[in-house]
Amino acid sequence: MDIHEYQAKEILAEYGVPVGKGGLAYSPEQAVYRAKEIGGEVWAVKAQIHSGARGKAGGIKICKTDDEIFSSADELLGKTLVTHQTGPQGKICSRLYIEAGTDIDREIYFSLVVDRAHERVVLIASAEGGMEIEELAETNPDAILKVYVETAVGMLDFQARELAFALNIPKSAMSQAVATIKGCYRAMVELDANMVEINPLVITKDGNLIALDAKMGFDENALYRQQRIGELRDKSQEDHRETAASDRGLNYVGLDGDIGCMINGAGLAMASLDMIKLAGGEPANFLDIGGGATPDRVEKAFRLVLDDDNVVVMLVNIFAGINRCDWVAEGVVRAAKKLNIKIPLIVRLSGTNVEEGRKIIIDSGLPIITAETLAEAANRAVEERNKAVGQ
Amino acid sequence: MAIMIDETTPVIVQGFTGKIGSFHAEDMINYGTNIVGGVTPGKGGTTHLGKPVFNTVKDAVNATGATASILFVPPPFAADSVMEAADAGIKVCVAITDGIPTQDMMRVKRYMRRYKKEDRMHLTGPNCSGTISPERAMLGIMPGHIYMRGDIGIVGRSGTLGYEAASQMKKLGIGISTSVSIGGDPINGSSHRDILEMFEQDPETKAVMMIGEIGGPQEAEAGYFSRDHMTKPLVAYIAGLTAPKGRRMGHAGAIVSGSGESAAEKVAILKECGVYIAPTPSELGTTMAEVLAKAG
Repeated sequence: MDIHEYQAKEILAEYGVPVGKGGLAYSPEQAVYRAKEIGGEVWAVKAQIHSGARGKAGGIKICKTDDEIFSSADELLGKTLVTHQTGPQGKICSRLYIEAGTDIDREIYFSLVVDRAHERVVLIASAEGGMEIEELAETNPDAILKVYVETAVGMLDFQARELAFALNIPKSAMSQAVATIKGCYRAMVELDANMVEINPLVITKDGNLIALDAKMGFDENALYRQQRIGELRDKSQEDHRETAASDRGLNYVGLDGDIGCMINGAGLAMASLDMIKLAGGEPANFLDIGGGATPDRVEKAFRLVLDDDNVVVMLVNIFAGINRCDWVAEGVVRAAKKLNIKIPLIVRLSGTNVEEGRKIIIDSGLPIITAETLAEAANRAVEERNKAVGQ
Repeated sequence: MAIMIDETTPVIVQGFTGKIGSFHAEDMINYGTNIVGGVTPGKGGTTHLGKPVFNTVKDAVNATGATASILFVPPPFAADSVMEAADAGIKVCVAITDGIPTQDMMRVKRYMRRYKKEDRMHLTGPNCSGTISPERAMLGIMPGHIYMRGDIGIVGRSGTLGYEAASQMKKLGIGISTSVSIGGDPINGSSHRDILEMFEQDPETKAVMMIGEIGGPQEAEAGYFSRDHMTKPLVAYIAGLTAPKGRRMGHAGAIVSGSGESAAEKVAILKECGVYIAPTPSELGTTMAEVLAKAG
């Protein structure tokens, strides 16, 4: 789960990370008022969306007058911003963060993530700031510094010092740097974050350190013990179909194709999507309905998939273990009747009670196409899709 | 003995008396697994499904001599239960639980390093479907009847895709020595490589199928291990060729977040390492059959 920049800054400030003066605004008038409160002569009006690279997408405006603040805020509020992280549909901006302008001397890249190979937190930093880490990894990998944190003892003072010296932090900002490094690690562990990124962390002309941007991502499995973080969730930043799915306990990812999918198990779901692609089709979604595929759950899953107007055929692929095929078949038949499904429906069942399951589908009298293997199911789905779109 | 478990392995169930624990414990007993008891704190001294219940894993180990455990403990308490099993001297632990926080798993992995490698518990999972040595013992939640006994090892992240592999091979008359699901979480007990190491040493396993997916470094590590240390043929399939970057595909760990983590990149690395690739998920069985025919 991601949060906004202003929320991340508020949290990190509590952990000792220096941040600039700023305030939240929901309207142009409020934006102007916030700038007055903050004081100074230059302000940044920053679109709050769950994405990095907002500057390049025109989501950050540097303003010097009330009029500039008003018109920038007016332009950004309600605007959909597209960055390379949001996908082509972009994300809507409904909040702004107004921040005091900073005289930048130089920029540093700084982040903490979970390193899966080392199974611990790694701090990644570079004195060559001002770009995305992926870019840096390609253009100048030697400039990337890594500090692995021993889980049992946490980030140690000497590690923070070593890093600060390696980043050429000026003496005046040394204690701020150590506080930032240790504070971010503590925030990560105590709040169950899986990512903290400050890009850029800047050295100002007067020799101070400031987190100019901040991004945090959290482990959804730990939200049960991080109530405060859970409350920061902003559903307007999520794909509404994915939000609807997760509210129903289903695992859904919207894709760009037109073959709707309902599968049990994440691995089998990914494999089925691959199979559709190899057969020449494009999946409309990833959907894992998980273990207990009760008729009720199957119906909810159907509704979710069919909610996507692009879907012209639907593929159901269930390998039943705990789910018995006859239960799943009953659920499919019930949902198909209840929702009066008009588009071609291809069903492949395998595993426990497969014969009984197939019989239920055939006896239902519904025009459901059954398939025995994964390949057959995918091929039939693509054939039906081509017929449906007149190819 | 295949790997991990066989019909003689004494097994306890952690989270024995809960609804899910009970359901699967019964299924495992029916399959022939040597379930010797279970642990539910506060219910020690009672009997469940005809087996003794203990308050702690240590009590259970002392009374029954259990060497393996399977865990159905809810996510907030699961990491603690894994460490309890490790401390009580359990040798093989399967954590079925889905939804354990990543920080908890980092602590588990750190904690387990206090034991010497040769004494360390083999943890598989969390968020997995378990381990089965067909027609001998099942330590998991899979449909046991789709597996046929034989000499092919399976290691995979996914449950259902592992079922798909086993049933495709069964149709071709190819049986399984042991099938291990290592789970879909970003930090897990055993990696593909750890399991390949065990299959390489197992005299009853002739070849191995690895079912990987997008995200993380483990498939590549397995490829290098196969190249440098394995004499047995390895067939692999990587799920998620169509998965968009940065999106989590069901499993917590199935996300392409850096270079080398996409299915295409992993397949390229595995090919370079001389691993046989099943080109599609419907050719898991046939690819293995071809490799076996070539090997004679």
